[in-house]
Amino acid sequence: MNLLKISVANIRHKPLRAALSIILMAFGVGMISLLYTVQTQFQEQFDRNIKDIDMVLGAKGSPLQLILSSVYQVDAPTGNINLQETERFLKNPLVKGMVKEWIPMSYGDNFQKYRIVGTEHAYAEHYSATVAQGRLYEADFEVTLGSKVAQETGLQLGDTFFSAHGLDDTTDVHKNHAFKVVGVFEPSRTVVDNLVLCNIPSIWRVHEKPDEPPLAEEDKEITAVLVKTSNLLASVRIPGMLRDSKIMVSLPAIEVNRLNKNFGIGMDAFTAIGVLIMILSAVSVFIALYSSLRERRYELALMRTMGGRRSTILTMIVMEGALMSLIGFVVGWVLSRIGLLVLSAVLEDRFHYGLTDLAPSLTDLGLLMITIFVGKLASLLPAVKAMRIDISNTLADG
Amino acid sequence: MLHSSPLTFSYPDGPSFSFPEVHAGAGEELLLLGSSGTGKTTLLHLLAGLRSAQSGRIEVAGRDIVPLSEAQRDRHRGEHVGIVFQTAHFLDALSVMDNLCMPQYLNGDAPDRNRAQEMLERLQLGHKAASRPRNLSVGEQQRVAIARALMHRPKLVFADEPTSALDDANATQVMNLLREQTADVGATLVVVTHDQRLKDRIANTVAL
Repeated sequence: MNLLKISVANIRHKPLRAALSIILMAFGVGMISLLYTVQTQFQEQFDRNIKDIDMVLGAKGSPLQLILSSVYQVDAPTGNINLQETERFLKNPLVKGMVKEWIPMSYGDNFQKYRIVGTEHAYAEHYSATVAQGRLYEADFEVTLGSKVAQETGLQLGDTFFSAHGLDDTTDVHKNHAFKVVGVFEPSRTVVDNLVLCNIPSIWRVHEKPDEPPLAEEDKEITAVLVKTSNLLASVRIPGMLRDSKIMVSLPAIEVNRLNKNFGIGMDAFTAIGVLIMILSAVSVFIALYSSLRERRYELALMRTMGGRRSTILTMIVMEGALMSLIGFVVGWVLSRIGLLVLSAVLEDRFHYGLTDLAPSLTDLGLLMITIFVGKLASLLPAVKAMRIDISNTLADG
Repeated sequence: MLHSSPLTFSYPDGPSFSFPEVHAGAGEELLLLGSSGTGKTTLLHLLAGLRSAQSGRIEVAGRDIVPLSEAQRDRHRGEHVGIVFQTAHFLDALSVMDNLCMPQYLNGDAPDRNRAQEMLERLQLGHKAASRPRNLSVGEQQRVAIARALMHRPKLVFADEPTSALDDANATQVMNLLREQTADVGATLVVVTHDQRLKDRIANTVAL
């Protein structure tokens, strides 16, 4: 026998009394926990994918779209840029000193909705993607698959497939050239996991019409260039130098910041609603306990009669408030994980981005402590009132 | 065991009472008999330490409990006093067994479940240990209430109108039970009532 057991029994004895508080707390906690988990995991994936990329060059359009399509592979490309013009610019002595590394990319086709990206080996190296089976692509039409692509499509070393035009469409198939799987990457927890990598000429050649001559050098195009700069001034000077060209410069730091800010407004609003619901739950705990005192005052007086101390009564009522909140927290946390699984399935389907980490986070721990504190705070006044019950009067009225 | 000087108590904006001396030795029985309005319940609350008298002395086992603080009175009751009320009340959320264990638990002692079970057996309620008090009949509840008052082997047992709501047969049964059980732990029994039927059963009577 202990106070915890008595408190639990009291809550179980009148479950409806605690129900509203528990439901509200569950919703508040569930909402906040889900939001923060989603935000943290997105942030981690975003950060991992953007690492060290200081600048992206691409066709004119929305700078954010260029970043989303080239770095995260979640949006459509803004268009293509001329390879010769781009190379000429990047090899220009004025620019060369500011650029540490640049990686050209050409994309716009898919296999079963997994994007095919023509690029150099530097791309895989940039994301520290290592080959698990087979080898890196070398010749035209050889591909190395991201781990998730291999897993989901079932493609094996030596298999061949045709690519389809566009990023989602699987009907417009390029039948003239088949790709051949020569390798599979280890999971890298980056965008590479979701990509089919090949060299850039493969992308050009797959788009050639059988009856047309090969592309002339000056007509060759790429979709984007990922640039690592060696100079802080580069992010100011390079956009200036390209102002009059057909090439747009997009700075991930600025665009991601803008994205976060826009997302952030939504996050803040939802967090505020979650906090509001938690406060409502606290009010509900207060009302539930306060209104129960009328009904329970004889019981409380009885406990005192049998030698129960005032502090015992106080602790018991506060424990009941904390317990209601705690139960709400547990229910809410489970709800948030169910929500995460559902959301993850949707994101996986649409963007090949999963939210796989279900484990409790530090935020959850903080939320747990706040929840219990809120429950205790809400029950303090009822507890003090319970503690001050006049035993003799209460028993005489009994 | 219980010795009180003349006591006074007045309720704020309410009636005032003066009570005669009360004396009861260890293991003795005492009847406080008075019709309604004579402050019987008030006197019981004073003697049991539920309320503080405004003047006078109440000596229990050699100690005056009138000057005790509320916290000290809590402890005093927990150690020395058992009370049986006119209507049995319980912690509804807990089983009969847990209710019986309450006095010891609340007083900081380890509950003696064997003793609780034994007491239930003796009251023919052994099979009700896991039941909720609410599911017992009124007569059963009253028996459990008596057992609870004696669980922690108090020196003083108070009974407030234990028989007034009962017919002759049940009144006799409850009184016998109270006397037996009290005698069993060697406690002093103080019965407060207006029930004239009890007058002949307890020799030592104080009229209020």
